[in-house]
Amino acid sequence: MKEVLEGSHAVSEAVRLVRAKVISAYPITPQTHIVEALSEYCADGRMDARFICVESEHSAMASCIGAASAGVRTFTASSSHGLALMHELLHWATGARLPIVMAEVNRALGPGWNIWMDQSDSLSQRDTGWIQLYCETAQEVLDTTLQAYRLAETVNLPVMVVLDAFFLSHTYEPVDIPDQQSVDKFLPSYEPRISLDQQNPNAIGQMAPPAYYMEMRHSIQMAMQSVLANFNDVEREFEHVFGRTYGPITPFACDDAEYIFLMAGTSASTCRHAIKTLRNKGHKVGVIKLKMFRPFPYLYVRKSLGNAHKVIVLDRNCSFGAGGIFAQELRAAMYASGNHPQIYSFIAGLGGRDVTVDHFFEMFDYVEKADYPENESVWIGLNHDN
Amino acid sequence: MCKINQKTISGSIMASKYPSNDYIMPGHVACPGCGAVIAMKFALQALGPKTILVIPACCWAVVAGVHPQTSLKVPVLHTAFETSGAAASGVRAALDMKGDTETTVVAWAGDGGTFDIGFQSLSGACERNENFLYVCYDNEAYMNTGVQRSSATPYGAQTTTTPKNAWKSHRKKNIIDALAAHRIPYAATVNIAFPEDMMRKFKKAKDIQGTRFIHAYASCPTGWRIPSDQTVAISRLAVQTNLFPLYEVENGTDYTINYQGDRPISEYLKVQGRFKHLTEKDHSDIQEMVLEDWQLLNDKSS
Repeated sequence: MKEVLEGSHAVSEAVRLVRAKVISAYPITPQTHIVEALSEYCADGRMDARFICVESEHSAMASCIGAASAGVRTFTASSSHGLALMHELLHWATGARLPIVMAEVNRALGPGWNIWMDQSDSLSQRDTGWIQLYCETAQEVLDTTLQAYRLAETVNLPVMVVLDAFFLSHTYEPVDIPDQQSVDKFLPSYEPRISLDQQNPNAIGQMAPPAYYMEMRHSIQMAMQSVLANFNDVEREFEHVFGRTYGPITPFACDDAEYIFLMAGTSASTCRHAIKTLRNKGHKVGVIKLKMFRPFPYLYVRKSLGNAHKVIVLDRNCSFGAGGIFAQELRAAMYASGNHPQIYSFIAGLGGRDVTVDHFFEMFDYVEKADYPENESVWIGLNHDN
Repeated sequence: MCKINQKTISGSIMASKYPSNDYIMPGHVACPGCGAVIAMKFALQALGPKTILVIPACCWAVVAGVHPQTSLKVPVLHTAFETSGAAASGVRAALDMKGDTETTVVAWAGDGGTFDIGFQSLSGACERNENFLYVCYDNEAYMNTGVQRSSATPYGAQTTTTPKNAWKSHRKKNIIDALAAHRIPYAATVNIAFPEDMMRKFKKAKDIQGTRFIHAYASCPTGWRIPSDQTVAISRLAVQTNLFPLYEVENGTDYTINYQGDRPISEYLKVQGRFKHLTEKDHSDIQEMVLEDWQLLNDKSS
């Protein structure tokens, strides 16, 4: 059934459909609409679930860890400072191998206080062992959330479904909301790999000395390495039931492209629009939308960059001292591959500043004229008179 | 006239009523004379096997066993330092959703994880009146990391971060009053030297719905610099001097004192290495504080 849904509510609908049993969250703009809807569903009986109104994001993740350890499907949502506060427990959820799913609304970190779109919050958590899936549309948000549970419960790793603040969380689009029966078919009821067991009293998350710790970490990396194949399986099943699929990356007009943009999130829509104009002017330009960031889909990216001469990476984030994070990751991915296109790193659209079609033309002009990439990321759209 | 009920304190009936089941296995790694282990032993004997423990970073995170072993016969969720209140809320919610309302969820944390870093999540859980039992075994410093001061460290004590020329000059936080102010249905103090009182309170707490808090005095020979065979005797003195009174608070306002001590505080202070530096004047200052706190408690219970 198609309905016009806010991006935030696409998450809420998915969480209702997966029959999550414990939801624990603390409000932060722009995540609030997601959890407000879920608290209503829990209150009015549309969901048979417990909503815990915790006193912080740290406790939100801690109670999800407690609930998941006791063997139920859990959900939380956060953003920005809230996600940063959770940092310790993001590591914990991974180490405990709990299939917690979280919606993460990409927002800037202060100071200055800024509630708008920026990727620094989720990318700051790239080393916590969470699978990260970035979305572009409300439909993708809903579908990815459904897929996230199946993927998490297959590999026993937590999943972050990431959506842009306001551009996606607070905009309305027609969304096909699946019926419960189809979702139940796609996502069977949760059978935890391990949970607190009174018949065979166990200890979860206990002290691990050097003789054991390293193997535990290795198993997390092995699980991460299995994610891409498992994600593809999940997508095949998803396509079978719902007739839609996304892929770990989504290339557009890349087959003959000499120039390929790469980015995550809603900017990809704007970029495609710019590419149509550039193509009309005779430039061979494409774009890769990166959906899966952790694990980084090396093989897909290498293959899709094909014979491109120049790659133009848009980062709506900055790792201070190193530049755009997607660009760094891409350089690492391409270094070990046979083809070495030039990788141009651009930073734009921080803290909710618009990234416009003209900005993409500007990046293209710059790259077309350049002989080599700068050592540092190039910033686009700065107001030099500020 | 304060309500003092000493009937449950007499030791004579202990032998016949002492439970035979034990839920701690031999071979745990606690220090000799650890009061926190004695507290756990009595607690689990009172609560029984339908118990799930949530243990944050604290001495018990080690005592409960290093992977792949466990020293307890009930399941344990180990969790991050400051999360006991929240993690226990999650376990409780999950059990409820699975239809298991019988199991008692017990957060078992030290004084650091309760008075200090974990106070926020505990306060949040108390405000929501989460249905679990929270036990703070209080050994009055960060013992697991090597005896650093906490807000449960008493006035006058030496620790590795309040050395003898700068011993702790702040009073211990009154955790029971802080939590009673949340109007939780039950808060009580217990002491390992008074096992009948302790078992009674754990059994009583088990049958109450909502957030229950038990503050368990847990002597620490290593951190307090006392002989390990004095762990119970010194614990008993804490009650007998009214330094650590045994009392209960129901619904945040209804105070009942369970024991009235009559010993001078010097008897307690002079037998512990952590108080060795104190002068007679310091002893007398501390005696004044004990009397003041005891009077305040009596005022609340009258």
